[in-house]
Amino acid sequence: MSNTLTQLTIAQARDGLSNGDFSATELTQSCMDTYGAARKLNIYITETPELALEQAAASDARRAKGEALGSMDGIPIAMKDLFCTDGIQSTAGSHILEGFVPQYESTISQNLKDAGSVMLGKSNMDEFAMGSATTTSYYGNTVNPWQAASGPDAGKDLAPGGSSGGSASAVAARMCLGATGTDTGGSIRQPASFTGIVGLKPTYGRCSRWGCVAFASSLDQAGPMTRTVRDAAIMLGAMAGHDVKDSTSTPIETPDFEAVIDQGVKGLRVGIPKEYTAEGMPEEITSLWQRGAGWLREAGAEIVDVSLPHTKYALPTYYIVAPAEASSNLARYDGVRYGLRVEGNSLDEMYMNTRAEGFGEEVQRRVLIGTYVLSAGYYDAYYLQAQKVRTRIAEDFTKVFEDVDVLLTPTAPSPAFTLDAKMDPVTMYLNDIFTVPASLAGLPGISVPAGLSQHGLPLGLQLIAKPYDELTMLRTAEVIERFAGFDLPVFSGREA
Amino acid sequence: MSLDRETVRRIAYLARIRVDEDRLDKIAGELDGILDWVEQLSEVDTDGVEPMTSVTELTSPHRVDVVTDGQCPDKVLANGFDTFDGFFTVPKVVE
Amino acid sequence: MSYRIVGETGEWEVVVGLEVHAQVTSESKLFSGASTEFGGEPNSHVSLVDAAMPGMLPVINEHCIEQAVRTGLGLKAKVNLYSVFARKNYFYADLPQGYQISQFEFPIIGAGTVILDMPDGTTRNIGIERLHLEQDAGKSMHDQDPRRTFVDLNRSGVALMEIVSDPDMRSPEEAGIYVRKIRSIVRYLGTCDGNMEQGSMRADVNVSVRKPGDTELRTRCEIKNVNSVRFIMHAIEVEAQRQVEVWESGGQVEQQTRLFDPVKGETRAMRSKEFAHDYRYFPDPDLLPVKFNQEYVDGIAATLPELPDEKKQRYMADYNLSAYDAEVLVVDRETGGYFETVLGRGDKGKTRDAKLAANWVISNLFGALKAESKTITQSPVSADQLGQLLDLISDNTISGKIAKTVFEEMIATGKEPADIVAEKGLKQITDTGAIEAAVDDVIANSPEQVAQYQGGNEKIAGWFVGQVMKATQGKANPGMVNKLLKEKLSG
Ligand SMILES: [Mg+2]
Ligand SMILES: [Zn+2]
Repeated sequence: MSNTLTQLTIAQARDGLSNGDFSATELTQSCMDTYGAARKLNIYITETPELALEQAAASDARRAKGEALGSMDGIPIAMKDLFCTDGIQSTAGSHILEGFVPQYESTISQNLKDAGSVMLGKSNMDEFAMGSATTTSYYGNTVNPWQAASGPDAGKDLAPGGSSGGSASAVAARMCLGATGTDTGGSIRQPASFTGIVGLKPTYGRCSRWGCVAFASSLDQAGPMTRTVRDAAIMLGAMAGHDVKDSTSTPIETPDFEAVIDQGVKGLRVGIPKEYTAEGMPEEITSLWQRGAGWLREAGAEIVDVSLPHTKYALPTYYIVAPAEASSNLARYDGVRYGLRVEGNSLDEMYMNTRAEGFGEEVQRRVLIGTYVLSAGYYDAYYLQAQKVRTRIAEDFTKVFEDVDVLLTPTAPSPAFTLDAKMDPVTMYLNDIFTVPASLAGLPGISVPAGLSQHGLPLGLQLIAKPYDELTMLRTAEVIERFAGFDLPVFSGREA
Repeated sequence: MSLDRETVRRIAYLARIRVDEDRLDKIAGELDGILDWVEQLSEVDTDGVEPMTSVTELTSPHRVDVVTDGQCPDKVLANGFDTFDGFFTVPKVVE
Repeated sequence: MSYRIVGETGEWEVVVGLEVHAQVTSESKLFSGASTEFGGEPNSHVSLVDAAMPGMLPVINEHCIEQAVRTGLGLKAKVNLYSVFARKNYFYADLPQGYQISQFEFPIIGAGTVILDMPDGTTRNIGIERLHLEQDAGKSMHDQDPRRTFVDLNRSGVALMEIVSDPDMRSPEEAGIYVRKIRSIVRYLGTCDGNMEQGSMRADVNVSVRKPGDTELRTRCEIKNVNSVRFIMHAIEVEAQRQVEVWESGGQVEQQTRLFDPVKGETRAMRSKEFAHDYRYFPDPDLLPVKFNQEYVDGIAATLPELPDEKKQRYMADYNLSAYDAEVLVVDRETGGYFETVLGRGDKGKTRDAKLAANWVISNLFGALKAESKTITQSPVSADQLGQLLDLISDNTISGKIAKTVFEEMIATGKEPADIVAEKGLKQITDTGAIEAAVDDVIANSPEQVAQYQGGNEKIAGWFVGQVMKATQGKANPGMVNKLLKEKLSG
């Protein structure tokens, strides 16, 4: 029983719960059992089993009284450890926040709580969401449940992508039915592609940032990571909404995302941006992309070649803007009010010791870069120029969306790589080459699993839509999903 | 442009991150690699282009001026290091 | 007279610019819902936003925006319909975010002018460069513990207006008058209580010196956080003196941030940092630009009270007051209001003598309040009562001299002037017979003085008046005494 329950999608579990086929407690217990058998994946920084069972029991009690809350009621999920959770350690994957117990609940986790979902634990992630492999976590790397069936990497441990790698692996390995992620430059979409799940980054402003540890404020967005497009629609519905506590949250209604996803793509114009290729990108990704376009054409969409001329500048722009904001956002980690303190003989020494020991290498690197590009004499050449190029990138999209309804691109330039792969920082950054442009423009994007690589690893396709037009994006994603006929192999367990 | 040890030392101090002398060269090299790569932005013609200061077209929402928060020193101090008598504490500062 | 420092190489001119930090009058903080109340238990007026907990976000207090616009209008300054909050990044114990949210490139208020009334009757125009909104920091206490500094975040996030002047002031006195004028304006507007003791107003003072006639500015020093007008003036004096000595001894004044020690009467450099500040300002991505339209500004302009400059002009034009008197009376809204009540303005046909009223408020009332350390709102004598006292003088019920006695009693007891006059029998004697008798009596008893007077010493007339007043306990009508004396002595 327990193993089959974890195979359910959110939509299926919703129906099973409402039919009384099983209880939220049974469903939750199954998820916990599955994880118990696969701790080696290192999904969670903090597990919350007591809370999960308590929330599941409360959900069952509500349902018994006929007061079930909706689609997410009783659904077990993993919470990225970037979200502050009241009374539960929240680390952002960093040593500097080890032992930090927030006295408040982030809006996103609160919204999901209010929808009745069950939190299994705080999932692992790259430190402060800075990374593309979940290898920069202070709490050890997360392992991708997938392994290559053939090729040089066969049998090796793979990275789940990042930064939301814990959430991605948890969903892929059937340890939860859905998970929260955050995406600053691709941190939901790229790990979704690497682990064969659906990952959706909403329009900037759709989900509140309040209570979510900030990486780069003008880019950070929370979103769902699920096994199906329908599940993403359901979960996004529970997460999204205007929040007066976040000045950048958009005051608009949250539509019923699930209601439209079956509407198909007949009559839609789908743009194929010619700049979305990368040096050394495997041919299999290009052909999958063409296959995806073919499916959409077959389903009645019109495929249009388009150009986003500033695409190649998106990544360098991102690596100025995001570190600049991060260098300032991370200044609050100073050893005074929470988290780690390493003493020193003066205030400055205490700051320097604390931050040297509390931040990992990648975080330090980005804070230093960010500090540099904002500093006197360099601001105009780097930061200001990057913000101008960012305007150019956003204009590219605006222009293209006068002609098309949605864009189709690959999600990442490669399938999952091995955990021990040696990469210099810039090579690692190239993972986000296709996801970063939409982030800079604040547009919604989704990665849908669309096929397997020649060595049997999942590959995703990305859809990008106009601001606040997640509906069109979801409709199109559902068609890709249907045509791909994609079904993940059952995770068989790799006991530690 | 190329980053020297002195510049790394200066920005590390601005960012209050202790960088030991023996790591200065390595870090300078890494940062230099990143800066070389982002240098390509200078080739984009941005004459007359406004820098993007916010992603949305919206303007800042406002709060009405009423007291709705505070009076929660326990929450504020809950995670503090070496707090004393309601105060946060830091190593003694001589001005 | 220009202020000059005389050094060994001759005279020096001092150049001063001020950055006045004025706490915005508001219930809650600039970006959080915590109270701005002064004092309180440590870290009690603190929200999780003010304590910079991870993931906390700022939301602008609309009242603070309105207060800044009001102040801008009061400073006759340009109101910017588009402004941007920026982060000023630096590390300090009382700055929990590691940055201060302030305004940099796009402040809410642009250039304006403040007019100073100098004691010699001239005026000086001081340029305002800008006014921007920013958050206050918390408070560090360095002297409570041998090894630790204590940090209280109660002030963290309180809204401040930083009013930046041009380097237009040329003496400590001008700087003092400028700060008083700014304080008067914000108090009129109700945008800051101007309370320097509680730190609601404090100034960073930029000082440099140069040779008279030079057009170039020399290196300046910034004296941080000076919190009284007297200290501001004193700090300028000693800092300018110090700089003159540095230049004259062949040295270079270094651009520095300094602190003023009022006890020692000196400024000293703040503990120098290995590297200079580099604040790395950039637009705060947690906030969107602040935009409003001209109607919003006009709406605020329509609710602006009469400001000290206009009130002063009105007092001079309508009441014929001297510039000095008018200026003293417009120092704050309460004083102006008190004066106008004494005057009986608007109370049909009952406008009292303005010069008399002004004299009584400025000399007698202010003197009495000062002696009792009270403010005008705490005055034991109401404006109505003082008005009634003036009526008693005008209708000859009492003399001006007796009125002073009555006033003393009013200050002491708060009683009505008419009651005091009745109780103490202070009513002026206007009965000719009674006065004549007293005059005759004095003349009869002073043959020597009468002889002197008649011998041409007219100055002695005053002595006779004094004697008669003494005999009548001051109650005789002085005019009648004079007249009768003159008649009888020459007769
Ligand atoms: Mg200043
Ligand atoms: Zn300031």
